Amino acid sequence: MAAVHEYFEHGADIGVIGRGASIEEAFVQAAASMFAIMLESDAAQPLVEIEVDFDEDDVEFALVRWLNALLAQARERGVVLCQFELQRNDDHWHGIARGEPWRESHARGTEVKGATLTALSVRQDDNGWQARCVVDV
Amino acid sequence: MDMNRLERIDDWTWRVKRAAGSSGADALLYGDRELMAAMDDKVLEQIGNVAQLPGLVGSAMAMPDAHWGYGFPIGGVAAFDPDEGGIISAGGVGFDISCGIRCLRTDLTLPDIAPKLERLGERLFQTIPAGVGVEGDLQLSIDELDTVMRDGAEWAVRRGYGTGEDLQYVEERGRVGGSVPDNVSQTAKKRQRGEMGTLGSGNHYLEVQVVDRIDDAAAAQAYGIREGQIVISIHCGSRGLGHQIGTDYLVSLAKAAGRLGITLPDRELACAPINSPEGQAYIGAMNAAINVALANRQILTALTRETVHELFPSAQIETLFDVSHNTCKPETHVVEGKRRRLYVHRKGATRAFGPGHPDLPARYREVGQPVIIGGSMGTGSYILAGTTQSEARSFSSASHGAGRQMSRHQALKQWHGRQLIDELRSHGILIRTRSMRGAAEEAPGAYKDVDAVARATEGAGLARRVAFLKPKVCVKG
Repeated sequence: MAAVHEYFEHGADIGVIGRGASIEEAFVQAAASMFAIMLESDAAQPLVEIEVDFDEDDVEFALVRWLNALLAQARERGVVLCQFELQRNDDHWHGIARGEPWRESHARGTEVKGATLTALSVRQDDNGWQARCVVDV
Repeated sequence: MDMNRLERIDDWTWRVKRAAGSSGADALLYGDRELMAAMDDKVLEQIGNVAQLPGLVGSAMAMPDAHWGYGFPIGGVAAFDPDEGGIISAGGVGFDISCGIRCLRTDLTLPDIAPKLERLGERLFQTIPAGVGVEGDLQLSIDELDTVMRDGAEWAVRRGYGTGEDLQYVEERGRVGGSVPDNVSQTAKKRQRGEMGTLGSGNHYLEVQVVDRIDDAAAAQAYGIREGQIVISIHCGSRGLGHQIGTDYLVSLAKAAGRLGITLPDRELACAPINSPEGQAYIGAMNAAINVALANRQILTALTRETVHELFPSAQIETLFDVSHNTCKPETHVVEGKRRRLYVHRKGATRAFGPGHPDLPARYREVGQPVIIGGSMGTGSYILAGTTQSEARSFSSASHGAGRQMSRHQALKQWHGRQLIDELRSHGILIRTRSMRGAAEEAPGAYKDVDAVARATEGAGLARRVAFLKPKVCVKG
C-alpha cells in the first residue's frame, strides 16, 4: 500500500506535515511527504544510503535543517530519497536516508528548492507530535 | 481579500489601513478592485510585516500579481537605506536567487516554424535539461564554480556559450560586482556542480512564443519585435547553489536577529543591517548566486540557439533582454527630490527602469527597459516598457508574472497533467515535460488573468504594455 503523505494549503508553494509518536517520527514523516512531491515514494528503491548530522537546540529550526540537509545531500548525489530514520541525542541529530539515483523512467513530480520558516511548527497534541512547514517549489 | 482593510487612493492604488497608534511605514498594493478582491489576505499581512522592517524608505509595496509567499509576498518590493539602519533580508530575495526571464527575438515567423513545430518541441525537450533530478552535460569543478560566481554570464561567453552581443542586453551586462564566493558554503557549491545549464522545475519553462499583438509601436520597434514574429523566453534561476544560499542564510539570519537587535514580525523575514558583517556576508553570497543565474540563462540561450539552428540554420536569434525578479540590488533613486543609494528588494518583481535611465543599453534608452510578465503556459505573456512614473511609484519596479490564484494542492485536485496537455494541444500549444504532476500544478486556470495583471501594471504607471505573446511550444521543468 502506498504511504499516506500529508500536506496543507499555501498560495504558491506546498505545506508538508509529518506526524508521529515522537518528534523524530514526525520529522521522518515530514521528510517522506516532502520527497513524495518530487517522486512518489513507492517508485524509488532504497539502493543507496546517505547520512546527515547537525546540532540544533531549537526543535523548529531542527525540522528545517533536517529537511534542507536531506535536500542538499540528495541534490549533490543525484538521488531521490524514499526511506528515512532519525535519532536525537540532546542537541545532536543523526539521520540516515535511503533512495536511488534518478532514472529516466521515474515519473517526476516537482523539485523542492528548500524548506522555509513559513508556517513552521513542531508541537504535541493528544495524538502525538506534528511537524509542519512550507517548502519552496 | 477583505476590502474593508484597504483604503482606496486611486483606481489602481490601495493602502493597508493601520490600527491607531501603530508604528512602521505604509504598505501599498497596486491593482484594480477585482485583483484586490481576489488577492489572498496573507499578502496584506506579509506586506504589512515588511513595512515594519528597519530603515525602510517610502512604502512597502505589492505589485498587481502579488500572492502569498514566504516572508515577503511574491510581488513584494521594498527599498532600504543602509545609512539609516536599513536591512537586507534573505526572505526578501527568496530561495531562487535571481530567478528571471531571458527573452530572445528571432527573425522567424509563425508560418516559418509551423511545419516543424512538433520537431522543434521534441528537440528543445531533448537538449534543454528540464525537471527535478535532471542534470546538464556540464560538470564544473569547485574552482571553476568560483569563477562563475565572480564573472557570471561573461564566464559563459568565454566558455563559448553565446556572444558578447548577448551581454549588452542582460542586466548589469551579465555580471554583478560584490560577489564573494568564500561566503558560499561548500554544500551550495557541491549542489551546483551538475546544475549549470539546467532549467529546473515548478514554474520554470522555455517557451517558443508568437508576437500576437503590438500595443506600443515605437517601443516594439526599439525592441525589434513585430506581429507574427517568433520569440523564445527562458524562465529559470540560480538552481541548487541559490537554493542552498537561501537555506543557509535564512536560518543563520533568523537566529541572529535577536543578537542584532531586530524584532522580526515573521521569522521568515530573516535579515541583518546592510552595514553589518552578517548583512555583508549575505550580500556577497547573494551576488555570487546572481552571477550563477546569469551564467545559467546564458548557457541555456546558447543551447536554444544551437537547437533552433538545427532546424532553421539561417535563423537570427538575438537577446532582447534578460531581467531577474528575485533580487536585492543597490540602486540610486530620487526620494523627495534627493538622490539616495538604496537597496531595493524585488521578490517576484521586475526592475522597470524608465526612459533615459543611464543603465539601459543605448538601443532601449529612449523607450525604457523591457519588462517581461511571464504568463501561464496556456494564456500568454507580455512585454512592457519601464515608465518615468514608476520611479516615484515603485522605485522602478513592476509585475513579474501572472501570479498564482490557486494553490498547487488545489490545482492537483482540479486537473490531470495528461488531460491538460491534450487540451492545450487542441488549442495549438505543445507542452513537453517529464512531470505530469508539474503540468497539473501549472494549469493556466491556477493563475490570475494575465491581461488583468498587465492592464493594472500599466494603469498603476509601473510599466506600459508593448506586446502580447502567445505560447506555441512550452518545455516545462
